[in-house]
This record gives sequence, structure tokens and C-alpha cells, in this order.
Amino acid sequence: MSEKRLSLSPARFLSARRRHRSAGLVVLLFGLLAVGSAYAAFAPDNAEADNSAQSQQIEEGRKLFAVGCASCHGLNAEGGGNGEGKMAGPSLIGVGAAAVDFQVGTGRMPAMQPNAQIPQKPKAYSQAEIEALAAYVASLAPGPAVPAEESYDISKVTDEQITRGGELFRTNCTACHNFAGKGGALPNGRYAPSLMGVDPKHIYEAMLTGPQQMPVFSDQVLQPEDKRDIIAYVTALQEQKDPGGFGLGRLGPVSEGLWGWLVGIGLLVGVAVWIGAKGVRAKGAKAE
Amino acid sequence: MATKEFPPPVKWVDDRLGIGKIGKKNLRKVFPDHWSFMLGEIALYSFIILILTGIFLTFWFRPSMADVEYQGSYSLLKGLHMSEAYASTLDISFDVRGGLLMRQIHHWAAVLFIAAMMVHLLRIFFTGAFRKPRELNWVIGFTMLFLGIIEGFIGYGLPDDLLSGTGLRITQGMIQASPVIGSYLTFFIFGGEFPGDDMVSRFFTVHVLLIPGLILALVTAHLFLVVYHKHTQYPGPACACKNVVGYPLMPVYMAKAGGFFFVVFGITALMGALMQINPVWLYGPYNPAEVTAGSQPDWYMGWLEGSVRIMPGFESHFWGVTLSWNLLIPALIVPPLFVTVVALYPFIEGWITGDKREHHLLDRPRNMPTRTGIGAAFITFYGLLWIGGGNDVVATHFGISLNHVTWFLRFAVFIGPVLAFWITRRIAISLQRADNDRLLHGLESGIIVRLPHGEYIEKHTPISKYEAYALTARDRTLPLEIGPETDENGVAAPRRGLTKIRAALSRFYFADSVQKPTSEEIEEAHAHGDHEDHAHAEELDDAARDQITKH
Amino acid sequence: MSDEKDNLPAVSAGDEPNGQVQLAEPIPDPGIEPHEHRITDIDPLAADRVERQVSTMFTLAGLLALGSCVAYFAIPRDATIEFGPLTGNANNMTLGLTVGLALFLIGAGAIQWAKKLMVDNEISEERHDAGSSPEQRADIIQGFQQGVEESGFTRRKMIRRSLIGAMGLLGLPAIVFLRDLGPLPGRSLYNTIWAKGIRVVNDVTLRPIKPSDLVVGQLVNAAPANLAPIEEESPVEYQNAKAKAAVIVVRIAPDQIRPKAGRENWGVDGILCYSKICTHVGCPISLYEQTTHHVLCPCHQSTFDLADGAKVIFGPAARPLPQLPLAVDAEGYLIAQNGFDEPVGASFWERG
Repeated sequence: MSEKRLSLSPARFLSARRRHRSAGLVVLLFGLLAVGSAYAAFAPDNAEADNSAQSQQIEEGRKLFAVGCASCHGLNAEGGGNGEGKMAGPSLIGVGAAAVDFQVGTGRMPAMQPNAQIPQKPKAYSQAEIEALAAYVASLAPGPAVPAEESYDISKVTDEQITRGGELFRTNCTACHNFAGKGGALPNGRYAPSLMGVDPKHIYEAMLTGPQQMPVFSDQVLQPEDKRDIIAYVTALQEQKDPGGFGLGRLGPVSEGLWGWLVGIGLLVGVAVWIGAKGVRAKGAKAE
Repeated sequence: MATKEFPPPVKWVDDRLGIGKIGKKNLRKVFPDHWSFMLGEIALYSFIILILTGIFLTFWFRPSMADVEYQGSYSLLKGLHMSEAYASTLDISFDVRGGLLMRQIHHWAAVLFIAAMMVHLLRIFFTGAFRKPRELNWVIGFTMLFLGIIEGFIGYGLPDDLLSGTGLRITQGMIQASPVIGSYLTFFIFGGEFPGDDMVSRFFTVHVLLIPGLILALVTAHLFLVVYHKHTQYPGPACACKNVVGYPLMPVYMAKAGGFFFVVFGITALMGALMQINPVWLYGPYNPAEVTAGSQPDWYMGWLEGSVRIMPGFESHFWGVTLSWNLLIPALIVPPLFVTVVALYPFIEGWITGDKREHHLLDRPRNMPTRTGIGAAFITFYGLLWIGGGNDVVATHFGISLNHVTWFLRFAVFIGPVLAFWITRRIAISLQRADNDRLLHGLESGIIVRLPHGEYIEKHTPISKYEAYALTARDRTLPLEIGPETDENGVAAPRRGLTKIRAALSRFYFADSVQKPTSEEIEEAHAHGDHEDHAHAEELDDAARDQITKH
Repeated sequence: MSDEKDNLPAVSAGDEPNGQVQLAEPIPDPGIEPHEHRITDIDPLAADRVERQVSTMFTLAGLLALGSCVAYFAIPRDATIEFGPLTGNANNMTLGLTVGLALFLIGAGAIQWAKKLMVDNEISEERHDAGSSPEQRADIIQGFQQGVEESGFTRRKMIRRSLIGAMGLLGLPAIVFLRDLGPLPGRSLYNTIWAKGIRVVNDVTLRPIKPSDLVVGQLVNAAPANLAPIEEESPVEYQNAKAKAAVIVVRIAPDQIRPKAGRENWGVDGILCYSKICTHVGCPISLYEQTTHHVLCPCHQSTFDLADGAKVIFGPAARPLPQLPLAVDAEGYLIAQNGFDEPVGASFWERG
């Protein structure tokens, strides 16, 4: 562009170049700058410094959700399944971060195939991704939050608390999960899974959110210390070595009867066969 | 070096008790040898083990439901309120050295006791050892099985833990639902409402005194009869109806049977050492508002449990009363019926066959196809109910719907036994045919001979005369002949209807059974075979000679 | 009865329909098979080897028995053993292994001795008839009849009849004296400790419950507030009362509930309360499925639909679970409006 003497008025400067081929670009950039600045000036003041990080996490969660969960749970988590043979997932609005942390953290979700019950399997997402998904679902409506670590920290429980946990366990849990937490049958192909090897946080979340058929045990009725006592008892069960020998699965009289027959009667009949057997005879040696 | 005098201590006893009169015959009494004759011994030795370990347990067990606070060494239950019975069981398990071992040996011995009785019963059934003169022994034995089951159930209810307490609650509910007297009966048995505080002490008396005493008396009678009648034996060379062939009591059977006692005890003790059973500390003390998934009784009650589980919920209400069909049928009608038929089976079969002779030779199961089929049907019925008792465990372990398992069993208990009967009978009959084949034609030798005119034949090797005798040493049984309607004076035959039914059942039993061949048939078959082989052998020789001479 | 030589009686067609036709054995009895010697019978070195084997077993058994006594004192009570999946209390397991092996070895040794070293020629022994012989029968019948004659039992009718009557009646005290085994049922089976105004509390924690504490899909194992104080006075009464008064409280979405006629106000905002005691044979139920609102009893798999008056939808139970009508008291806690309107638990004849 040839050098021209600067005119005193910027407006004349600009209008003289209003038909310049980059004029449109300049106007656009100017417009964006103006609107952006105006927004920044007028937008509400958020105090937390990590607010942008949180909204970023929710955004990330929303993206993960759209890819991995929306096909069953709907694009806005409103529930899926249009009756045309697609797997239907329930609405997740209001289930809370705890439910997501449990379901995705134990690998149950994303579900692989339609079944009477979705089984536990290896996790499909990293912990950061799980947190993102949880943040997204939590942002939809209020629901149970992921419990704080002190809620399920059993490092300092006393013996009395473990005993009390046992009482609570036998009153509320064993009917489905069996006396040793090994699980049990529910109607129509469903089952209560084994509790052995489950992370304390997940046990807490399961009680809090009631996954699949499990009922909810809210924090108002079964308070955090009650839940912690139950978790302590379950952990104690898991760590306890069977004092009587092979535990035979800790399933009760069914497995005991099976092994009694197989090992006991099996061995004893074997010995009886040995006793009655004619025995090896010396070849060629006959009685006179 | 034979001595003629007793050593002094033995003489002292003989002077007072006349033990010498037992006689050489009894000291050298002959018992036949077969592994299937040792199953009853497993039961007998398990009973002795139960008594020995049981006595140990009674020194520490407190049969009281008084409330105590547990202060023993099992920390997961410390401070809890529980009955003395449960607390003392925990003490035995954790604070008495060897206590847990004894508890486990005791419980495994109970499991084996009933299992062995059942296996022994099946052996007696399938070999027809219950026939005259042993019908009484069958009834005695069956009674012991029945008492053993009750004894076991009461026994594991004594610790008053959650699992066995749930079982007792079920029993109480069933008694309560019995017609007319139910509520009174349960209040008398449990001393009032359930659970009350009388249950454990009353059951203790039954478990430690009453039933063991009864079983002891019955087993003595049972063994006396075995000695008096002498043991049965399988048919074989030199084994005729009127003798018994085997080894003498002293020394062979003393060593074998005595040794077997130690082996049974040893294996039971090893099971008690290595396999945990009835971990009552995991179940917790009995609380009528608590229950565990997978609530099952011990295996020998499983069939009753299954019967109750698969029954649909029918109940009648009329004239102000409730009749619980859903409990009456599976608990109070069907099991007693089944048990009665099994207990009276010797008499039923005796009536059908009209056989009034003494039997000391055993049947091979294949030679009584109908009886074997009936046995298979009973086993199938029992087994399906057993599976029903564990239907929730089956559902979780095989990934099937609980409801489907239950529906399947509801129909299978009717269809299954019929199928099992029919299939087993046909199998037995085809085994009989195979036996006859062996008798008449011998074993296939695998040697194929080609005859000059092109035919291939397989040579058969005849079986040994000992085996042949063993295969034919059985009765030739034919169905009952009804006889004429009236005798020569025109008097009608009495109880005609009953006789017709009897003849029909007799045909059911024997009509399809394959009879052993007659001596003429055997002669003919052997002659034919010999002739064939001989003739062919001659032909071969001739043909070979021709070949040689030609060149 | 039967012939010595041929153990099969001939055909009889007449009075005793026997149903069995006996023919002569097709094959004659070849007698006992010739005896075959064992190695130990012909080779004295082999026999000595077996003798050493057997005595080693016996000696080992003795040593193990001693060892078990040493282990009893030497191994500390609470030590544990771990071999991979096998765990156990060290003391018990060692005692069991030593004693068990000792017993087994004695037995195995004895059996090995019998099988390998003891003379094993089969011998035959004659059987005798189970029944008594005709002479014995005649003899004892004569003696019995003489005894009856001498007693005069058959002649003297009055003695006979009064004796039989007395013996029969003596059976009665045996039954009657057991009357105090237990009280009569009375009204106990009909009543529980639930009554108007009693608060519903969570079992074990004993905290009362507000409707706002409960979420749709929640299950609470509950009891009446007046239950816990009974334990102080009488642990037996406590257990007996608990066995009838235990309840479950569930919260179901109100649009899914189909209340029975007359029970529309028995729930509070979808919160319903049912007896926990199964109507089949009395096991406590709490296998609740929140999505289907079915509750399953683990004992015999009776299934009840709690949104539909707890009616039975599967299994051997015949009656729905009794329902407890709920209300809210002045402080906002859940209470019972009344006790149950029918007996809880298993059926009984006079239930009606």
C-alpha cells in the first residue's frame, strides 16, 4: 500500500479504506474483539480459580458420555431405548456422581450386551475419565456425591465397631450377599455379586446409590459411620483365614455335602475296592 | 504247636463266662469278600466316631439358651449378646485346643454316616439282599437311616447359629401349619413361642441320649441278624445257595474290618483337619430378623427342602380354618409316602413275586431289570428334589434363572423318574442279552478268518467254565400263573381281583426279563460253534494242502 | 422246603402260586477256582519286604500319635498355617493331620498284612435254615401251651380282660404327664407388640425414621421402638417378640403402587411397611429388588410384589405379607397407625 499522509480523523482513515479487500476481515476481527471484551466486562464474576477447570471437566465428561453412554442412556442422559430392540438404559438425571463412580469404576458400565444383569468387568475408562463422567452426570441434577475418603477409611476402626458392623451386615446385607459376602441368587437370572475384593469406596457407593436391583441405603438411615462399620466387617471377613482348613467356597452346606461325598465316600469306597481286590497273583505259580 | 489249655487270664474269664463255648466255628466264621459288602461298615464306624467325638464335645458344650455376652477370642463377635450354646460352641472352636478339630470330625462323620447308610441301602436294594429272611434287617436298617437324618438335623441345630436357627424356624413353621394340632404341637415342642429358650436343652437330650440309644440298640440287632443269617454272597463257582464262601473271621476279617475301621477314622480325621465345615462364627448367633442367602440344610435334608421349594402356593380356607396344601403335600404327605414305600419294599416285592424261599445269593442288578429300573426311578426322584433344595446355588453357579430351575423341576419330578425307569430297564435287558451272547457264543476274539469261498468269520473264544457258571447261577423267573377261574367243583377262586392285580404286577416285573439259556440251547450253540470252527479249520487245511501239492 | 443238592424247588402249580419255574442249572458247578499264589506266598524275600512295609506303617503311626501330643503343647493356640489356598489354625490342623495319619496307617498296615501275608485260601461254610426245624417248633409249642395251661390265662377271662385293660390305660399317663412341656397358644400367634403410635426404628441402630430420610428405591430393615427395651428385662421375650415384629420399610414411586382397597392411606408418600416374616414358614425376608419392587425369601424362594399389596407372584407361599399402616407423628417420624390386622408369619389351622 502506498504511503499516505495520516488523516487527522481515524474514521476518515478507515472509511477511506472501506473498500479495501481486507476491510471485511478487519471489521470481523474488530467485531469479535468488541463482543468478546463486552462479554468479559459484563459476565458475572466467579470467585473460584478452578471454575474453568471444573467446567472443562464437565465438558470433557459430556463428550465422553456422548461417545460411550448416549447410545443407551440418551444424548442428555434422559434414558434410552425406543423400543426398537436397542438396549435401554435408565435415566441418569439425579443419580449423582457416586453412581457413576461405582458403575464405571467397577467396569459394569459401559454394558457390553443385554443380560438379566450387567456383570462386573475390567474398567474401560481411566480414573480421570471416570471423574469427568461423574462431574457431567452430577451437573445434570443433584444426587449422591462421591463419598469423602474419611467415610470409608477403616484404618482406625475398633473391634467394637467391627462387631457392630457385623450385626448391621447380617441384618441388612446377608439376605442377598450371603453370610460371608459371597453373593446369592435373585429372581429371573439376576444375582447379588460377591463382595470379596471390592474396593471400600465402591461398597460405600453401592449402599448409597443402590445399583441395578440393589436397594438404596441412604446416609440418613444407615449413617456414614454405620456404613464404615459394615465395610470394616466385610474387609475383616475377606482378610480372615479360614481356621478349619479349606473354606470350600464359604457357601454353606451345599458345597460341604458335595465335597463330603466326593472326597469322603469317594476315598472310602476306593479303599473298600482295594481291600476286596484279589491282588496281584504270582505268574505261573499254581497250588499243588 | 497246638496247646490244649487256655492261658491263665483267659481261663479266669472262661471259668466265669464260658467264652470257650463260642466255638471254633464262630471264631473262624466265614465272610465273603467284595468291596460292596463294606459300605455298611463305613456307616458303623462313622457311628462309633460320632460317639467318641460327641462325648468330647459334651464336656465343653453348654446346652442352654441363657443370654450371655461373648468374651472369647473370636474378635469379630466380641461383646455380642448370644445364647450360651452358641458362646460355648465358639469357645470349643477357638479356645479349646483340638476343639475345632473335634467339631469338624464330628460333623464330617455325620455327613459320612448318612451317606454310607444310603449307599449301603442302594447296594442292598439293587442286589436283592432284602429278600427273605432279611426283610426285618432292611426295616431295621431303614429305621436307622431315618433316625440318623433326624439326629444330624438336631445335632447341627444345637449351636443355635443363624443358619441352623433358620432351619429350625422353618421346621417350626411347618409343624405350626399341620392340620388341627399344629399350633399346639409347636408350643409343646418349643416350650412356647419361637424361638423361646427350651429348644436347645430339649434337643440336646434327644441328640445325646434318646436317638443314640435307639440307634445303638438297632445296630446291635442289625449286626446280630447279619451274623445269624450269615452274609449273602454273589453267585459264582462253589457259591451255592446253601453255603458261604470266603475268608475266616480270624485272622483275615479281623484284620481287614478292623483295619478298615482305622482307615475310616483316619480319613474322617484328615477331613476334619483339612476341610472346614459348619463355620458357625461366620453365620453369627441366631436372630429371628436375620437370614443368609443360600440357606440350606445339610445335604441329607436337601430332598425335603427341595420338595418344599418347588411346591406351588396352594392353600384352602374354609369353615374358619386354613389347610396349607403348600406344606402338607411336600412335607407331610409325599415324603412319608416315599419313605414308607421304600421301607416296605421287601414285602411289596415278596407279594408280587410270591417267592417264599430263602435267598442267600445276590442278584446282579441287570438280572432284575424292573427292580433296578424302580431303583433308578427312586434315585432320580430323590436326586431331582435334592437339586431343588439347592436351586438358588444352581442358579448362581450355572448362570440360569432361579425361576426356570424351579419350573423345570416341577415337571421333571414327574417325568424324570418315569424316563429313568424305562431307560434303566432297557439297559439292564440289553446287558442280559449281552451276557447270553457271551454264554452261547463266547467272546469275540478279534481274529478274522477268511474262508476259501470268500466268507469272513470272526472266531469266538469260549469263556471259562467258572465265568459261565457265574453267569448262569441265578433263578429263572417267570410271571405268576393265575390258575383257573374255578376249580373242578365249580367253586370260584377266592380273592380273584387281588390275584389278577398281583399277576399283572408280576408280569410287569418279569415278562421282559431275558432268561438264561437252557442246557439244550447251550449244547446247540457250542456244537454249532465247534462244528463251524472245526469244519472251517479242516477246510483251511485241505485248501492249504491243495495249494502246496499243486505246486 | 428245599433240596440240598438242587436249591431250586420244582414247579408247583397248586395252592401256593409261586410264579417261578425252576429248571436244572444249564451248567454244572465247577467248584472253587484253583488257588493262585501271591508273590509273598512263594518268595520269602518278598514276604519279608511286605513285613517291613507293614511294620514301618505301624511304627510311623505310633510316632505320629506321640507327635500329636507334643504338638498339642508346642504349637501356640492362635498360630495359623498357610499353604497357598489351604489355611488353618496350626494347632488344630497339626493335631488332625498327625492323629488322622496315625489312624490311617494302622488301618492300611493291617489291611496290607491281611492281603499280602495272611493265608488267603477261600473256605466254604454251610448255611443253616433261618427258621427253626419242625421238631424244635413242636417242642416249643408244647412247652408254651403247657405254660399257658398252667397259668390259667385262657380259662380265667376276668384276669385276662382286666389285665389288658389296665396295661392299655397305663399308656395314658405317659402322654398326659408331658402337658407342661409348653403353654397353650392362646392369642399369641395373633398378636405382635406393634400398636397405635409406636415409632418405626432402624434395626440395630435403633434410630427413628423421617420420610425425608428415605429415597425412592430404599429398603430399611426396621423394628418397633418398644422392642429394644424388652431385651433388658427378658432376652427370651425380646427374641420371641422380634420373631413376629420385624418389618421392612420400602419407598416406591407413588405412581407404581396399586394399593388394596381400604389401604390407600396405609403408606406415606410411597413409603410402605410390610411384615418381614415370610407367610410360608417364617424366615425373615429382605431380598428386595428396587426396580421390580419384588422381595424374595431366601429359604424357599417365595416372591412378593410390594407395590401390589405384597401379593405372592412365585414360590410356595400362599398368602401376601401382612401390611403395617403407617403415619407420621407430631415430630415428623414414621409411626404405626395400628398393629397388624392379621397374624404374621406361617399359617396355622385356626387362622381362618
